Amino acid sequence: MTSPNAATRERLVSLTLTVFAFSSLFFLFLIFLFILIEGLPLFFKAGIKHIILGFKWAPTRGSFGIFPMIVSSCMVTVGALLIGAPLGLGCAIYLAEYAGKQGRIYLKPSLELLAGIPSVVYGFLGVVYIVPVIREYLGGSGFSLLTTSLVLGIMILPTVISISYDALMSVPRSYREGSLAMGATKWQTVYRVVVPSARSGILASFILGMGRAVGETMAVIMVAGNALKIPSGVLEPLRTLTSNIALELAYASGDHRMGLFSTGVVLLIIIMILNYIANFVIRRKVLK
Amino acid sequence: MACCRAILLAGIALIMSACPGGSNHTAVQESFTVNIAGSTSVMPFSEKLAEHFMLEHPTFAINVQAGGSTAGVQACISHTVDIGMCSRELKADEKVLTAIPICYDGIAIVVNPRNPVTSLALSQVRAIFNGSIKNWSELGWIDRRIDAVSREEGSGTRGAFEELVMGTDTIDDATMVQDSNGSVREVVATDPYAIGYLSLGIVDARVTAVAIDNVKPSPVTIHEKQYKIVRPFLYLTLGTPSEAAQLFINYVLSDDGQSILLKEGLIPAYDFS
Amino acid sequence: MRVNPRSVNTFAALCLNAQALFTVSILVVIICIIFIKGIANFNLEFILSYPEDMGRHGGIFPSIVGTFFLVLLSLLFAAPLGLGTAIYLTEYTRESRLTTLVRFGVESLAGVPSIIYGLFGFIFFVIKLKMGWSLLAGSLTMTIMILPTIIRTSEEAIKSVPASFRRVSYSLGATRWETTTRVVLPCAAPGILTGIMLSVGRTISETAAVIFTMGSSLRLPTSLMDSGRTMAVHFYILAREGISLEKAYATALVLVLIILSINAVAYYLMHRITSRYS
Repeated sequence: MTSPNAATRERLVSLTLTVFAFSSLFFLFLIFLFILIEGLPLFFKAGIKHIILGFKWAPTRGSFGIFPMIVSSCMVTVGALLIGAPLGLGCAIYLAEYAGKQGRIYLKPSLELLAGIPSVVYGFLGVVYIVPVIREYLGGSGFSLLTTSLVLGIMILPTVISISYDALMSVPRSYREGSLAMGATKWQTVYRVVVPSARSGILASFILGMGRAVGETMAVIMVAGNALKIPSGVLEPLRTLTSNIALELAYASGDHRMGLFSTGVVLLIIIMILNYIANFVIRRKVLK
Repeated sequence: MACCRAILLAGIALIMSACPGGSNHTAVQESFTVNIAGSTSVMPFSEKLAEHFMLEHPTFAINVQAGGSTAGVQACISHTVDIGMCSRELKADEKVLTAIPICYDGIAIVVNPRNPVTSLALSQVRAIFNGSIKNWSELGWIDRRIDAVSREEGSGTRGAFEELVMGTDTIDDATMVQDSNGSVREVVATDPYAIGYLSLGIVDARVTAVAIDNVKPSPVTIHEKQYKIVRPFLYLTLGTPSEAAQLFINYVLSDDGQSILLKEGLIPAYDFS
Repeated sequence: MRVNPRSVNTFAALCLNAQALFTVSILVVIICIIFIKGIANFNLEFILSYPEDMGRHGGIFPSIVGTFFLVLLSLLFAAPLGLGTAIYLTEYTRESRLTTLVRFGVESLAGVPSIIYGLFGFIFFVIKLKMGWSLLAGSLTMTIMILPTIIRTSEEAIKSVPASFRRVSYSLGATRWETTTRVVLPCAAPGILTGIMLSVGRTISETAAVIFTMGSSLRLPTSLMDSGRTMAVHFYILAREGISLEKAYATALVLVLIILSINAVAYYLMHRITSRYS
């Protein structure tokens, strides 16, 4: 059947592919390793409490408190969700339940395009069009929590919509048909039967949208103002964990650089937690 | 399978041709490379000088990178670059490098052209940036909060500003931060209620430089030592620079190079004693 | 007072329609703005000439070349790795603890934000491996970044090849590798290519990871160790520093056009798959 040559070739191929497959794990390990190597020592030197709960970020003078930035990152994420989740869920419901073939043809590619636009373009358009409007009509400098939430809310739309859509589409047709057969209107079917059935997938889409918002850097740097205080209102400027790293990385050395890596460690942990919660939520639905 | 192999070979060929050592210069002379990195304040001017220099010396390739004054110092110490750019004085532990002032630059305090406040005392500037003065009404304008913009920690411009203006005070946490002179200028140019500091060399019609203690910043007032917020632009080298780097440095310090810098609004090195 | 469920139904349908319309209009507005503001400077000269005066005048040729090489190199490294992983996961093993582990690695990599890739690439490739800011450092970082996308889409594509194809191949005496390369992969090619196109789009749009690994030099990169700018980085610097709003818009236009074409190609490929099996 197979010649000995072919057999050894098969073994070689198998081995190579196995090595390739574990490369992802290897890279993940490498990333964690280096970020931790560079970031952990500061936790020991300055103390976890000082870093995570400290209010003062002045790395060239020995202060590495990133608490305001942790809070700001959370606030921006919540803001982005407040804008992106309802809009995204609505679009997903429309796409899954109401759109005809025509609508689908327009909507799906549009979503992919929205996802493909570079984040720096979003940030730039935010600076040119949203910042002045907020400054004129609402006050503040225009670089604010509100602006950032608006921009991020739009940016997470593709994520929320596509995953919610998948979740909605995976609800069996019989559910819908049963509900309609009992005399419910389409909307009643949607909001009492379909959406609750798909709720773990929808929840997962929100969590992944949060992950996307927390991790966004370029657009945030351009519209958030980057002030080091916890914003006292939606019109105040703020600095997220991601902006902190990107703003100062190029200039930093020594302890300052370590501080940025420590910021990276905290960011990584937050994002990993969000991702695992999302995956857990999805898996629970599958097991159901 | 055959086409896969072809693609692989093409890819390898591409990489090999792109690898360092691939010479595509037809001239008999070798090509010289000078790597420069450091302060973002100095960078645009180094770029300009490099552009002109390479017109007259086409076999030279001068790579100018940003990274910040501190990064420029580090890169120079670790010999990663030929020349480091720095927009502040060297600290004691950095003195192992040779610092060559190529020009001097004023730090201008700028406001939006719509802002009627065009003169401030140094103490007022300090108070604005440390958060004591929060409203334009305290300075004679409308009742509106001051949107102060600063540079990020580690920036040479910020370091010079802190040293020359803030003194022992620290910049308030509530000030906004932008990571380059250009973006500070952008914010001040578009926000009528903003105030910021940046390199005098990049002040243009879109922002107004404020007079400090009744002295308006300009190459003349700096030369006359009236405008005091001045910092040197330094080229740093470790020991003796390479021949190519030395040629470029000589060009920068020559009349040609200095006149280019003068045209950009900087103060030539020889003007300062 | 009970509200008539039928009117609620109509109202809800209206709201949902409005939301969908709003979302699409955001996209339309963005593209229109970029087109209208960018078209003035968008010409052959812009694409083929070098930037002058920090980008205030001239074109963006070096950044186009830089982007092209970055994409090419990243794909060169990521495609074999990614495809290999996908083949391993689908053809060469059964679902086991090992595959769960590999999948865990892939999913985690997909979740890492781009600034962390920038941090990692900076400290590992640029500093520790002494590559400096270079095409090589940039493409190696992007390779890791696009790996999950290629793996996911390739896996989907390979899984969707009917089992009967494989069975027929084996029954004719082919080895596993022969079956994979001569039967499965050609069938899955459109889906795999879609994944590759998505990764190309990702690489082109990426800024945070690229700026800290490939640098921002304005020169034309001629070797692997040269620094350079991608179009996204160039756009960011032009826009942020207010160097030239017109050139910024024109650069954005080039970017958007490229992304539009990539999406169009990917869409066409997906169409080929669905029509082939229907």
